[in-house]
Amino acid sequence: MTDTLTPVLSRGWADERSWTREAYERRGGYEALRTALGMTPDDIVTLVKDAGLRGRGGAGFPTGMKWSFIPKDNPNPTYLVVNADESEPGTCKDIPLMMANPHELIEGVAIASLAIGAEQAFIYVRGEVLHVVRRLRAACREAYEAGYLGADVLGSGRRVDLVIHAGAGAYICGEETALLDSLEGRRGQPRLRPPFPAVEGLYASPTVINNVESIASVPAIVRGGIEWFGSMGTEKSKGFTLYSLSGHVRRPGQYEAPLGITLRELLELGGGMREGAKLKFWTPGGSSTPILTAEHLDVPLDYEGVGAAGSMLGTKALQVFDQTTSVVRCVLRWTEFYKHESCGKCTPCREGTWWLVQVLQRLDRGEGREGDIELLLDLCDNILGRSFCALGDGATSPITSAIQYFRDEFEAGLTTPSAELFPPAASTLFATEGATR
Amino acid sequence: MTLEAQAGTEAPVELVTLTIDDVEVSVPKGTLVIRAAELIGTDIPRFCDHPLLDPVGACRQCLVEVTDAGNGRGMPKPQASCTIPVAPGMVVRTHLTSPVAEKAQHGTMELLLVNHPLDCPVCDKGGECPLQNQAMSHGRAESRFEETKRTFPKPYPVSEQVLLDRERCVLCARCTRFSEQIAGDPFIALVERGAQQQVGIGPGLTGDGEPFHSYFAGNTIQICPVGALTSADYRFRARPFDLVSTPSVAEHDACGSAIRVDHRRGKVMRRLAGDDPEVNEEWITDKDRFCFTWSQQPDRLRTPLVRDAETGELVPTSWPGALAVAARGLQAADGVGVLPGGRLTAEDAFAYGVFARAVLGTNDVDFRARAHSDEEAQFLASTVALHRDVTYADLERADRVVLAGLEPEDEAGAIFLRLRKGTRAGRVQVVTIASHLSRGSQKLGATLVPTVPGAEAQAIADLDLGPSDVLLVGERLATSPGALSAAAASGARLAWVPRRAGDRGAVEAGLLPDLLPGGRPVTSAQARADLAAALKVTGSSDAPWPTEPGRSVAAMLEAASVGGLGALVVGGVEVADLPDPDVARDALEKVFVVSLEVRASEVTERADVVLPVAATVEKPGSFVSWDGRVRPFEAVLDVPGALPDVRVLAGIAEELGRPLGFRTVAEAAARMREVGPWDGERTPAPTAAPGPDQRTAAGQVVVSTWRQLVDDGRGQDGQPAYRATGRRPVLRASAATLGDVTSHATISTEIGSATFPVVVDDLPDGVVWVPANDGVTLREIGVGHGSVVRLAPGEAPEAQVPEGDA
Repeated sequence: MTDTLTPVLSRGWADERSWTREAYERRGGYEALRTALGMTPDDIVTLVKDAGLRGRGGAGFPTGMKWSFIPKDNPNPTYLVVNADESEPGTCKDIPLMMANPHELIEGVAIASLAIGAEQAFIYVRGEVLHVVRRLRAACREAYEAGYLGADVLGSGRRVDLVIHAGAGAYICGEETALLDSLEGRRGQPRLRPPFPAVEGLYASPTVINNVESIASVPAIVRGGIEWFGSMGTEKSKGFTLYSLSGHVRRPGQYEAPLGITLRELLELGGGMREGAKLKFWTPGGSSTPILTAEHLDVPLDYEGVGAAGSMLGTKALQVFDQTTSVVRCVLRWTEFYKHESCGKCTPCREGTWWLVQVLQRLDRGEGREGDIELLLDLCDNILGRSFCALGDGATSPITSAIQYFRDEFEAGLTTPSAELFPPAASTLFATEGATR
Repeated sequence: MTLEAQAGTEAPVELVTLTIDDVEVSVPKGTLVIRAAELIGTDIPRFCDHPLLDPVGACRQCLVEVTDAGNGRGMPKPQASCTIPVAPGMVVRTHLTSPVAEKAQHGTMELLLVNHPLDCPVCDKGGECPLQNQAMSHGRAESRFEETKRTFPKPYPVSEQVLLDRERCVLCARCTRFSEQIAGDPFIALVERGAQQQVGIGPGLTGDGEPFHSYFAGNTIQICPVGALTSADYRFRARPFDLVSTPSVAEHDACGSAIRVDHRRGKVMRRLAGDDPEVNEEWITDKDRFCFTWSQQPDRLRTPLVRDAETGELVPTSWPGALAVAARGLQAADGVGVLPGGRLTAEDAFAYGVFARAVLGTNDVDFRARAHSDEEAQFLASTVALHRDVTYADLERADRVVLAGLEPEDEAGAIFLRLRKGTRAGRVQVVTIASHLSRGSQKLGATLVPTVPGAEAQAIADLDLGPSDVLLVGERLATSPGALSAAAASGARLAWVPRRAGDRGAVEAGLLPDLLPGGRPVTSAQARADLAAALKVTGSSDAPWPTEPGRSVAAMLEAASVGGLGALVVGGVEVADLPDPDVARDALEKVFVVSLEVRASEVTERADVVLPVAATVEKPGSFVSWDGRVRPFEAVLDVPGALPDVRVLAGIAEELGRPLGFRTVAEAAARMREVGPWDGERTPAPTAAPGPDQRTAAGQVVVSTWRQLVDDGRGQDGQPAYRATGRRPVLRASAATLGDVTSHATISTEIGSATFPVVVDDLPDGVVWVPANDGVTLREIGVGHGSVVRLAPGEAPEAQVPEGDA
């Protein structure tokens, strides 16, 4: 089954000191930048557009199209901002990528900056991952030393400067406009749109904001070309991507594969469920994507396939849960996360998550009341599509989908504590009873 | 002239037609859906939305369904109508016709109440609360929330005056947006996140927080849609439904700001900003809001007082008795001077003028209870009276607004906010002719023309102003030789911005030695005859209608102190405001003084007859704002026996046997209309030459000074919480000027000295700035704007001034 994997970004992760410039150059690193310097900016944009690269941060918006929204006649400078604020529960692709292969991201930054005419780029890194910040800064320094960044990129006369900026620990700053506010030194809260960042983003100037993986995929497209890229993936979801497998699986980790692979295939690659375990439910792209069940094992994991199954591809963070897991408890934990991370700007998300947690807590304690499930669904209906940004929407996804597939467990919460039905010890990864590794 | 200019510059309004709840409506392009709905009478519930603040879309209460965005496609989710501009062909369904919108609104309302304490029965806002009202109109009858609410310790003082009950806050960000966008004082901000999000103040150096010290802080209390923000002044004092509200006009500056005065059982409980888009929009200064207790102080005068010849004490007397004593004293005096002061209503001012001219037969009348000059009197007669060349709206439309001798943030808050609106919109450029860029000027993004006090004339001339510029001159220029002449000759559209509410009205009423009501020059026989005919009084044989210009305040006091005047009639004048307080005291001791006052003062202490008059709140009248707008108001409180100045003056006049011809405010107003404006020849504009450069010897400096909004003025008495929000009195000077002075500096004159902590600022060398009336009344040590004083290192005073922002 190993031939289903297409290691591009993860190629060389096992190399000796894979994160150094030297190691990256040995893998052919920065050749794409030289190629791109020979192209016009429009040609680079067209290349990425025609390749069909879609945003890897969750929404799947075509990257090249985003670049083409930058107005040509705006007197302000254009900025490139890379969203490396990876904080979604279950999502863990960008951080390993930046740890093992930071130069591919930096090369992507340089090429993307050339394409959109930005002389200044930023990578906004989640503040908690100090090790990543340090590694990126070291890589950035190396790139400057080699002339890949700076006032005169590889003698071309083109300038690309890069700042690695550490966030201060807020999930909301993964929302692109909140990220911009935070990057400007303000409190991170989402901005009203319009104006859209392409017109008035960072410092009210045209700004492109892309996910780490999207930008890191650009050098490969320049190297390999449209046809090579399109040879992977499905018709509308082209190329390779990182699938992050976690949970009750034998070999959790990053699996780089063409878009459209199924969970069944990925589970096989990951050695299957842990001993004695049966797949109960899973998230296709982090906790804010509606959960799926064993009946969705053969859903193609691309934007369209997962969408058709009633969820979203999101960040391809496949959290796998087995039969020992209480859905109610799991949803409560996720909801507690959203309550903690709600920025407070809008009423539905701020107050809704506060309330949802309290209802879920009593269901988890087995003290639920008649009508609590309807209450949860109605609250979710009053939050979804009513909140200021997608955080509030995301907070409702696990609840509504969990009730859809596991209503009986919520009903049980009226009488029985989840800990009784699903002893928490059994679902831990180190548990030996009920399931073994 | 103004009207034509406006008509020429207004672009035609482009209309957009959309459909709201099946009703077609055309509104100006750019209108937000929530306001378009208002035009068809649909009130969409809202909290964060405020027409004068930038849209934020935070509360999500105003959600509507947009079934067609104008492009044939509907919007998939309900939209916040406070953030969506109208589009041609747009189809909007509000809660009235859309079940989706109705459910969304009900849902948001229920969520808003999740963490709201519902303590309406003990909340100051209860009864006038947008949350309470809209929860009734757009909410569920009963909440499904039975769980635990978020709580906070209460109240949290964001300043000495503004208190915050965080658990009531719905986090609409109106207060924080007001502070940042309107006032330019972003000292409060939302901090923390999720349901723990709250309004907070900065950490400050001590960690105790940097307080919300803004001159406009009180507006946040008024626009708070719940009871989260209260004032220390009003908290727990009254219920809205027990209050009687009366529209009125603020009496603390010349802005003519609309206010609402709320009283209960004969006592004013609070004041709020009125809504006047032409003047102050919906904002007022904290002085306008909180300073209404000055007339309720223990030193309030209630009965007429007459000085007992034997004991020398003032003793209570009947009104007829006091009026008779006053009349006898004035009759006997060899020359009477009239000092009405600058705080009068237009009607009272008119009465003083008629009293001086027609009853006493003198032109010795001058409202200027402050430093003044003959050049200024001529400027007021020629260039201010009857002139209306600038309006508030011009302040946000003009290309360039030049301030000379004027600090709007301190002296005319409504002007400051209007200018800020214009500069924030990127339309207006502000230039300030001043010693340094004050905090207010910084917030206006003003360009500084660094000017040594006294050199304003040259600075104005150098700017090369034209008709597209607006020039606002402050009353301080009276002591800067040639400055007002330069202003009059500048070619700019010009307005004089005095400090007091009655100043402009006094000019129109002719309370100047060379000016009669309606812009009539004293020296014009035609004007005198016209006035006399309108007044129906011609003067009697023993008090002939005066034909020569009279004396200024300074000249009258000088004359009185050396026997050149036998009596003075004094209105609301503070001795410490006068150009030379010691000469004034001497004069008041020596001559027969009739004082018309609200509260005991240095004048009443020295008066022979004290006649108590009504405070602003107890009488009707009108103020004339700096832009020449008449701002009428009715009495708020009906206090029997509280007589306006006009009634008291009429009483004295009748005792003298020469009636004014009117007794009430209404009659005075009618007579003023009959007098009307003068259309004949006017006083020519002054052409005084600029003075010589200020010469300072070693160790001497020139003083730049003005009164800060919050200071020791008596109009602010009885408001300790408000007073505590003032700015710390400091001395500002360049590092070169300060030399080896590091912490404190003393300025001194022959008369006295004053010590201030020092702050290094960007003043011209040889110039210092100090506040005029904060801790020390500069006039008392003979110091005014442009004075030369000695500067020396000073000792920190024993009692430290309260902590505040510099």
